[in-house]
Amino acid sequence: MLSIRNLGKSFLCPESREVLHDVSLEVARGEYIAIMGESGIGKSTLLNLIAGLEMPDHGSIRLDGCELVGLDDNRLTRLRRQKMGFVFQAFHLLPYLTVSQNIALPLALNDVSERDASERVSSLLASIGLAGRGGSPVRELSGGEMQRVAIARALAHRPQLILADEPTGNLDPVSASHVQALLRDQVRQGNAAGILVTHSPAAAATTDRIYVLNPEGLFPRDAA
Amino acid sequence: MNRLAIMKAVTGPVGDHPGRIFMSLLGIALGVALGVSIHLVNRAAVGEFSQAVRNVSGQADLTVQGPATGMNEAIYPYLANMPEVALASPVLEVEAKLPGRSETLRLLGVDIFRASRLLPLAIENGDGNPAAASMLDPQAVFLSASAAQWLGVRPGDNLTLQAGLAPVQLRLAGILPQESYRQRLGVMDIGAAQWRFLSLGRISRVDLRLGNGVPVDTFRRKLAASLPPGVEAIKPAAAGERAASLSRAYRVNLNVLAMVALFTGAFLVFTTQAMTVLRRRAQIALLRVLGVTRSTLSWLLLAQGAAIGAVGAALGIVLGYLVAFHGLRHFGADLGGGYFHNVAQATIAAPGSLAVFFALGICAAMLGALAPAIESARTPPAQALKPGDRERALARAGITWPGLALLVLGAALTPLPPVAGLPLFGYLSIALMLLGTVLLMPALAARSFGWLPAFRSVPLQIARAQLHGAPGRAAISMGAIVVSFSLMVAMAIMVGSFRHSVEHWLEEILPADLYLRAAQRVETAFINPETQTLIRQTPGIRQADFLRSSDLLLRPGAAPVTLIARPLMGRTISEILPLTETGAARVSGDPPPAWISEAVADLYGYRTGQRIELPIGGAQVEFTVAGIWRDYARQSGAIAIDRALYIQLTADWRADSAALWLESGISADAVTALLRERIPNGAWLDIAQPGKIRAISLEIFDRSFAVTYILEAVAVLIGLLGVSSSFGSEALARRNEFGMLRHIGMSRRQIGAMFGLEGAMISTLGALVGLLLGWLIALILILVVNRQSFHWSMELYPPWQLLFGLSASLILAASFTAVLAGRHAMSCDPVHAVREDW
Repeated sequence: MLSIRNLGKSFLCPESREVLHDVSLEVARGEYIAIMGESGIGKSTLLNLIAGLEMPDHGSIRLDGCELVGLDDNRLTRLRRQKMGFVFQAFHLLPYLTVSQNIALPLALNDVSERDASERVSSLLASIGLAGRGGSPVRELSGGEMQRVAIARALAHRPQLILADEPTGNLDPVSASHVQALLRDQVRQGNAAGILVTHSPAAAATTDRIYVLNPEGLFPRDAA
Repeated sequence: MNRLAIMKAVTGPVGDHPGRIFMSLLGIALGVALGVSIHLVNRAAVGEFSQAVRNVSGQADLTVQGPATGMNEAIYPYLANMPEVALASPVLEVEAKLPGRSETLRLLGVDIFRASRLLPLAIENGDGNPAAASMLDPQAVFLSASAAQWLGVRPGDNLTLQAGLAPVQLRLAGILPQESYRQRLGVMDIGAAQWRFLSLGRISRVDLRLGNGVPVDTFRRKLAASLPPGVEAIKPAAAGERAASLSRAYRVNLNVLAMVALFTGAFLVFTTQAMTVLRRRAQIALLRVLGVTRSTLSWLLLAQGAAIGAVGAALGIVLGYLVAFHGLRHFGADLGGGYFHNVAQATIAAPGSLAVFFALGICAAMLGALAPAIESARTPPAQALKPGDRERALARAGITWPGLALLVLGAALTPLPPVAGLPLFGYLSIALMLLGTVLLMPALAARSFGWLPAFRSVPLQIARAQLHGAPGRAAISMGAIVVSFSLMVAMAIMVGSFRHSVEHWLEEILPADLYLRAAQRVETAFINPETQTLIRQTPGIRQADFLRSSDLLLRPGAAPVTLIARPLMGRTISEILPLTETGAARVSGDPPPAWISEAVADLYGYRTGQRIELPIGGAQVEFTVAGIWRDYARQSGAIAIDRALYIQLTADWRADSAALWLESGISADAVTALLRERIPNGAWLDIAQPGKIRAISLEIFDRSFAVTYILEAVAVLIGLLGVSSSFGSEALARRNEFGMLRHIGMSRRQIGAMFGLEGAMISTLGALVGLLLGWLIALILILVVNRQSFHWSMELYPPWQLLFGLSASLILAASFTAVLAGRHAMSCDPVHAVREDW
């Protein structure tokens, strides 16, 4: 599903620094992996490169057989819209939309019919334990509930790749545990590939494989 | 942490948003600049005019003044022989027409031996010798330096003026002291002036110096009782005040417009501050958690407002001074109002007034910063630190009762009468309505955008949801639009209605085929009875109506009312005068009829059917008010009576102008040529067809409103700056939202379209509300402000095409601004926009 080969990225500002060095990774459909590493080591940069939000200096990123490196902004945007889902640490729900409207946003962007979208949203609401709360404003939700809505939004359009960065970073341990389990289950049920960036060993433990990013590259934890 | 560091933490570094700070500064600067420039120009005009009046009255304690036609000179020995009077100096004031030109030269005919004890008349001949002897020469005239320069004459040169339709040859004998007479003026012997300007036996005024210890006010009251009708005793300063009072409403209106610009500037500061504290809400809450008190927080935010106000006001003062300086040099001191002719102009710096404008600029900016400061300080820090608190803060703005209360109060103030002749309650009503509507905007936005149908397009869907779900933010942008646009609409409707009414009025008052005039408002240029006969007998003329205008003093201290004597009896009055009200039919035994203008009805409280006394021909004559007519030409009022009666009362057969009806098929140009040929010095007559008079009148109208248009344009410019500023802040505040949308697959174009659509929806609603509010304000301007200021009624005539064009331009400009702001916000990549997460 996702194939990364010899990826390298340096930043020039404020001083020239190589952030990613010869990174390679394979993630299969239905596989859920975690990437750990020290702060500032380049985990976020790696996610940005996979999402096509930044371009690598060298290397290759293939998603479902399609090479991302070298695509223009419009094609990358369409690719993100159709094939990727994102979960952010601070949820990033739109406060002026209801819970359902937030979840349905990727469906609307993908021109899914209203009826299909409504069915999909209802099903997701039920699966995240918020059935019957679709019409609520998001500001009425707790942090854990907001992140569950964010996960539903990331899954709504059945993406092939889900990218989550510290999705439990803002949550209490009980909510975090619920969200971790939900994310894992949804990735597997959707037969998508999932990448979780986290500092939490507990969160990482919910995934199939754990990788560690260090200055030499990305390695399975056992090998690192 | 010192206060400066705390302030930086509260407001953020200025370098973070220099554009918005600059726009706030500019808003205040433009408002202050307008106020300062108008004040300086008015001050120059009124100051110079008062000085000019003092110069021609000299050191007199009292002036006994007759109407413009003058008074019988027999009053002079009566006054001179009064025991309280130490010195009496008779003066004949003549506005002498320059042949072939529309301008006039003001001449004072004085008794040099008496006048020199009151006036600064240290006159010298061209050879440098005292000029008392030359003054008695009936050919001699002394001019002020500015008059000599204007006329291009030097001592010894001849000068031709006009009396009736005949030339008057004078010789420039010397120049008046330049330091005392800056205005265009000439002085000659009173006897010569009476003779040369066909005013034998008439004088304009007598300047009096009272004996030592004679109380001026007591004597003035005693004297007033013994003076003939139409003659009054006033202090010299009162003449200047009277002229200033005539223009006061006009000047106050201009000042109010400048204050509107300043108010819009304050609104701009509000927009900037509100958006800043909204965006930095969490940081401000953090400071509260760290121990910054509410009052410190409020004061810091107010201090930032004050700093913006101080810099803006300082810039505004410099700019205003420059505008006044160049405005006086290029456009004159009357700002298009036509109140101050022949007045020398100089920009006078007034430190006191400038300090007031500086303070006003600071106060306006602090006023703009007040609401955000209070809201910010009141919010509990724990709440402000929660996600989504920005929307909660703005939700409080959705309360409707304060806005509704202000609207009702504003409407309730409109019927109240003027205060000291000024429509203060009208202005207050407009301010309350503006404020009330702005306060209602969040609720109105929430409801209006909620009514919009659900859209399939994602950008439209999100734009609609954003505006419906977070109306507080939209309301800030809409407030700026509503304030500036409603004022623009109000002025457009008022000026459009006024112009339409003036056009209609001109058609009504110019029913003849041809008009002829000796001069405008000049007593010494007239059409004598012989010339009137010549005109009547000119081939091609079917009917000639001759008019005589003079002044009436109806109330001591008030500006004179114009008396118009024209053939009225036996005519259909509604075909001659644009009547707005007609009295009951006259019954036998009633005094003769008089038709009063709206200004006379307003200023003197006269009503149709009422019996009034008018001082005509040295006696109080009783009339019945037969009707009220609309007159845009004379702000201090006019009364029309039948000319035959006027001649009977005054024996004045002269006429100033004539309305001529031609035989059918006769060309007006041919008659004009014939008249110029038949009448001696006929070339000096102004002869015009009604179409030309209408065109000239409308040109004058447009020129008069030019300053108003400029002021209005500045207010609108400030408003658009506000819109741009609020969209910019809004885009900045929603950068992480845009970043998230980019992550989930919205293209830059879609986000740009979404923000542009929000701009279009906001500006459309803003324009609709602005149109409605503008229409209400226009009604107040027409029915209250104009009526109370200038005593003019007018028909409501909204210029729909212009309003439609303005609305479309506004919506386009606002949408374009929104797209630009959105693009700017998206210039930072989506990774940085959500970088707190990645």
